Amino acid sequence: MNFPKSPWFVQRMEQRSYLFLGLALLVLPLILQPFGNAWVRILDMAMIYTMLALGLNIVVGFAGLLDLGYVAFFALGAYLYALLASPQLMELLSAYPLWASLLSAGMHVPWWLIFPMAALLAAGMGVLLGAPTLKLRGDYLAIVTLGFGEIIRVFLNNLDQPINITNGPRGLGSIDPIQIAGHPLSRKLMVGGFELAGVTQYYYLLLVMVVLSVLLCWRLQHSRIGRAWVAIREDEIAAQSMGLNTRNLKLLAFSLGATLGGVSGAFFAAFQGFISPESFGLGESVMIVAMVVLGGLGHVPGVVLGALLLSTLPELLRYAATPLQDLTGGRIDAAILRQLLIALTMIAVMLARPQGLWPAPEDQHQKDPR
Amino acid sequence: MTPAPFILEVKGASKRFGGLQALEHVNLSVKKGEIYGLIGPNGAGKTTFFNVITGLYKADQGDFFINNVRYEPSAVDLVAKAGIARTFQNIRLFKEMTVLENVMVGEHIQTHVGVWGALVRSHAFKLEEALIQRRAQELLAYVGIEKFADKRAKTLSYGDQRRLEIARALATEPLVLALDEPAAGMNATEKLALKELIQKIRQRGVSILLIEHDVKLVMGLCDRVSVLDEGHLICVGPPQEVQTNQRVIEAYLGLGAPVHG
Repeated sequence: MNFPKSPWFVQRMEQRSYLFLGLALLVLPLILQPFGNAWVRILDMAMIYTMLALGLNIVVGFAGLLDLGYVAFFALGAYLYALLASPQLMELLSAYPLWASLLSAGMHVPWWLIFPMAALLAAGMGVLLGAPTLKLRGDYLAIVTLGFGEIIRVFLNNLDQPINITNGPRGLGSIDPIQIAGHPLSRKLMVGGFELAGVTQYYYLLLVMVVLSVLLCWRLQHSRIGRAWVAIREDEIAAQSMGLNTRNLKLLAFSLGATLGGVSGAFFAAFQGFISPESFGLGESVMIVAMVVLGGLGHVPGVVLGALLLSTLPELLRYAATPLQDLTGGRIDAAILRQLLIALTMIAVMLARPQGLWPAPEDQHQKDPR
Repeated sequence: MTPAPFILEVKGASKRFGGLQALEHVNLSVKKGEIYGLIGPNGAGKTTFFNVITGLYKADQGDFFINNVRYEPSAVDLVAKAGIARTFQNIRLFKEMTVLENVMVGEHIQTHVGVWGALVRSHAFKLEEALIQRRAQELLAYVGIEKFADKRAKTLSYGDQRRLEIARALATEPLVLALDEPAAGMNATEKLALKELIQKIRQRGVSILLIEHDVKLVMGLCDRVSVLDEGHLICVGPPQEVQTNQRVIEAYLGLGAPVHG
């Protein structure tokens, strides 16, 4: 069988061009900033999605467990951050004098405390979800995980009664931004006469997180654990007969994947300042799976490419949809046109490159473990 | 009391599928360094027996010992850890992984560095990873397919896939290597090469349990042979004895078949 080659832009990429790529990533928001914060905001969201896709890739790409409820971990991280760093819990607890005196200044747990908590919570929930689904494969697993994702969303939507914890469909607002050394990232920062917008500061923090996530995935993949996951994906019985404890390895994949989801959820909440259950529907889960598959299942650079493309494309198409709408004499709604274009793009990509845009190369030469 | 010199001992293994008694009180004992054959006509229960001792099916009855230690074939991975490595009748490789990686997966139970070590690339991780690679490469050279190390497993020829499966099984450092019809689908040249490989593996001190359809191969290779028929063990002994056993001939050719034809 002929395996598709890497795209031309990858083939041409040499070691040195990684340096240029790095530089370009550092300068990119500075170029976009003058055109408006909306552009940098698109990049920020793209990177949050990249982290999500990388996390899901551990579960779906490496271990081969199709998870259609992945957005639940994203939601858990987001709500944990929102509850611990917004007025919501304070309002709830102010009825109790003891708590009211403790929280007189409001609930403002610092982000560097919430992030590890979000990671741990998501990891734990990952195990909880994984445990009952261990014997399921393929379609059956997909349906159970889909149900799990919906359960979490329905809970968030309805936990405003009997006591108001999540504020229901109205969502949670006034969420604290991330603060570094007393400076909230939502505020402008002057660096040597150059103005950095809030979104640009988030960009750099997110860039660090994405680089760390890529490193995490890459190092896991090129270890005995990553190989064991792929072995389970390829043939579970053969993997077991090699002595692999598939139960523990699957749970590990679920929890590590969920960890990335939880952390990016916390980021999302801090970045947006407002969250509601609407952001965590089935559509989101499907979109993240699409990023992983379209980019190249199990291949980290491909997954990053897929996530960047599928998260920025809908935004860019906003600008293309309006002229197209004018062509039809305004008869078709721009939003519908945009959806149509996204769908067509995805279909075209999967027809042309069924293995994804950037699949793992045919001959994987052993890399020096670094 | 001196311990029995058996590396693998099965006493009274029984397995029932609904109304079919697939195995009825089957005993089998493999000595250290022995090549042991298990033959029988189609449907005799060979593969069932194989799946029972390797934990793929749960036995209804039976006692199982490896190196005089009782083991419970209740989970496939535990059997592998106890010291039995197996290959499959219909080859089961990790197709999308490289040839080398397939063998590296086999090293998994011999190695221990966890997630944290892998993430920080600890000293122990680097040492272990280098060891895994070196051993895997040695095993590929041992079975003679080292030049395909970086190819994906699915691109190998049929005979080489069999060799890779054996190398992968050896990577778990088993006491007993269980081969399920390794010569199936092989031509005469490949069979000869396989025979040499199996004899070479015996010299490593690994005992071999061989299920095979090809009676000629079994007779030329095995020290002792057991014959299964309809779930019953009908004959145990050296190949020459088994070959002339009346019950064995009947099982293969039917009642009233001439001994010398």
